[in-house]
Amino acid sequence: MSTLSVIYAILFYAATLLLVVGLALRIKLYASTPAPLKIPTMPAPLTKSGAAFRIFKEVAFFESLFKSNRWIWVFAVLFHAGLALVLLRHVRYFQADVWTIITLIQPFGIYGGMAMVAGLLGLWARRLVQERIRYITGPSDHLMLALLVVIGVTGLGMKYVMHTDIVAVKAYFLGLLRFNIQDLPTDPLLLIHLGAVAILMIVFPFSKLLHAPGVFFSPSRNQVDDPREKRHLAPWAAPMDADREA
Amino acid sequence: MADQKFETPAFRELRENPAIVEDAMDHSQPFVAKPEHQEPLDFPGELVENWEQKAVEKLGDLLDKNRALRVYLDSCVKCGACTDKCHYFLGTGDPKNMPVARQDLLRSLYRRHFTLAGKIVPGLVGAKDMDKEMLDDWYKYFHQCSQCRRCSVFCPYGIDTAEISMAARDIMDHIGLGQKYSNEILGKVHVIGNNLGLPEPALADTLEGLEEDVMEEDGVDVKFPLDVEGADVLVVTPSADFFAEPHVDGLIGYGKVFHQAGINWTLSSYASEAANFAMFIGSYEQMHKVSNRIRKAALDLGVKRIIFGECGHAWRVAYSFLNTLAGPWDFLDPKYPVPQHILEVTHGLIQSGGIKLDPEANDDKVLTFHDSCNVARASRMGDMEGGQFIIPREVIKASVNKFVDMDPQTTHEKTFCCGGGGGLLTDDLMELRVKGALPRMEALKEVVDNHGVTHLAAICAICKSQFTKVMPYYGFSMDMIVSVHQLVSEAIQLGAKEDV
Repeated sequence: MSTLSVIYAILFYAATLLLVVGLALRIKLYASTPAPLKIPTMPAPLTKSGAAFRIFKEVAFFESLFKSNRWIWVFAVLFHAGLALVLLRHVRYFQADVWTIITLIQPFGIYGGMAMVAGLLGLWARRLVQERIRYITGPSDHLMLALLVVIGVTGLGMKYVMHTDIVAVKAYFLGLLRFNIQDLPTDPLLLIHLGAVAILMIVFPFSKLLHAPGVFFSPSRNQVDDPREKRHLAPWAAPMDADREA
Repeated sequence: MADQKFETPAFRELRENPAIVEDAMDHSQPFVAKPEHQEPLDFPGELVENWEQKAVEKLGDLLDKNRALRVYLDSCVKCGACTDKCHYFLGTGDPKNMPVARQDLLRSLYRRHFTLAGKIVPGLVGAKDMDKEMLDDWYKYFHQCSQCRRCSVFCPYGIDTAEISMAARDIMDHIGLGQKYSNEILGKVHVIGNNLGLPEPALADTLEGLEEDVMEEDGVDVKFPLDVEGADVLVVTPSADFFAEPHVDGLIGYGKVFHQAGINWTLSSYASEAANFAMFIGSYEQMHKVSNRIRKAALDLGVKRIIFGECGHAWRVAYSFLNTLAGPWDFLDPKYPVPQHILEVTHGLIQSGGIKLDPEANDDKVLTFHDSCNVARASRMGDMEGGQFIIPREVIKASVNKFVDMDPQTTHEKTFCCGGGGGLLTDDLMELRVKGALPRMEALKEVVDNHGVTHLAAICAICKSQFTKVMPYYGFSMDMIVSVHQLVSEAIQLGAKEDV
């Protein structure tokens, strides 16, 4: 077992821990912070299932973004849908017996990779070309795009340009799952690819990637329109009622 | 600032987005509250000594109390979807009036003190410490947001800049930097009961005058009762309805509707204000205090129902927050929602035949309707999703034969703010108000030119005052703006029911 294999093993264990614990803590914080007032963006659904469907449309189809800006929507869908396929394609690296669905999805995962990179480049181009978006773009926004593009391009590079020993890669990750560190191939594209993925996992709970859990907790999207029917009261606000004259 | 010099923006031929003009509105800020405006609200009279630190502490307090603030500050990915949605950006080109840039003024402080990245690598993630420059930007640009929520419609995460603006104003109030306009008005509400500072005798006098006017004009004894114990309905309306044009014509309309429907109603001199300016300054405590004047009035007068007059932000607080702030309303008649909007009542009466309208009475007019931002995007009317768009239009169409809607990109939930909402309806912000009205004025111009529209109906005291003031800048007559219940007032058939 090479030193490099151990370093990457430690990196991935640490990244996984940070991602899972970091996200869990953030989600707990969102869930435990009260929303003192009813503020759904109206018109809003009148029922809980309606509000759940609104969130579903937001997450699955980026409904508000579609209303807002067709170009950003196209690039965002390309990127996110592509990423979803890519993630599904990669499930095989963590399964000794690969599910049929994952086998069937393999070729689509490749298209997903291309779509993902295309979407990212589109989003990046907008940041450079469109004056308004250039104004609001900071260094971290460029770095995040760069990181994702590196992941996508190195991934595609291993498929089309410089192959790596994917059987060994799979053995390595199955080994990690069993706390049994195997040898990791040392192809530069693979090491860059995996290093970038680990960085992404680490920064996830500390960056704007929190939009992923955030959308589920957004009061303007997840609240039901029923303030006249049900009294909505935050625990910290309730004692104030004792002070009123009547 | 009586001699403010500025140019009214030109109508944009193709609605193209303005080019960015940095610091275009850097000179715009409202008068600062004096100690006598601050202290009655329990805010420090002037900037406290360690305000930089106090601001961070107050931000921390709000983050713990308000999920929206925390989620919104975390979630923005700078996608740019909101950048061309704010009327103040469209009217001024100032990049800090793009919703995301406005949010970033607060987000930079949040990141510096409440995120790991902002503590470790502030430069990378736009994290900044509080300093004089940041506070100046806050005071200027958080008073260039009318809390209209248009950006929140278009944001993929529903981030509502109104929530950020409210938090920023709340923080500024707590370190002693308040806005004179809103805080002075709140002081009047606490002492006298309404924004205008109209005491009970003046109010009684005004209402008596209205009764005489209606008698003279229509020969009908329509009452405008004040402080009548045992009345069925407490009507709470913006105090502008008591004297300003065209607001007062709306109030006359409510009176005629109640008269004709035989509804036993009263106004309250204690709760003589529908608007709740505490929302503008983002203070839950102040909002609670103002709202509970209505609860006390309802209890003291022993009414069974509460009905709100035409007002936008007021209807948001009434519809969405009143149950939270001043409920539960278990002492009122459970047959009726609490509160009701006057348009819900009038609409119901039209449908049931309780009142009859003759739209020919308004045949000299061609109407269009301005959806008030806070009615459209922060409240509802009726029992179906989107009732806030349907009910006012149905009442207008029952009162008027000729009605035309404006460009759908500027109505319903996509409506543009009038330019004066959210505590900005003050003369010291006139340039901002005129420029912020641009998108609405453009849409109006289109229906005036192409469909011969003569009048613009609104259901908000702020919209009505704002349009009256800014329309002349765009070459429209200020008489174009009417209350919806002014149209009802013209069309309603008064007299014994059998005769109608």
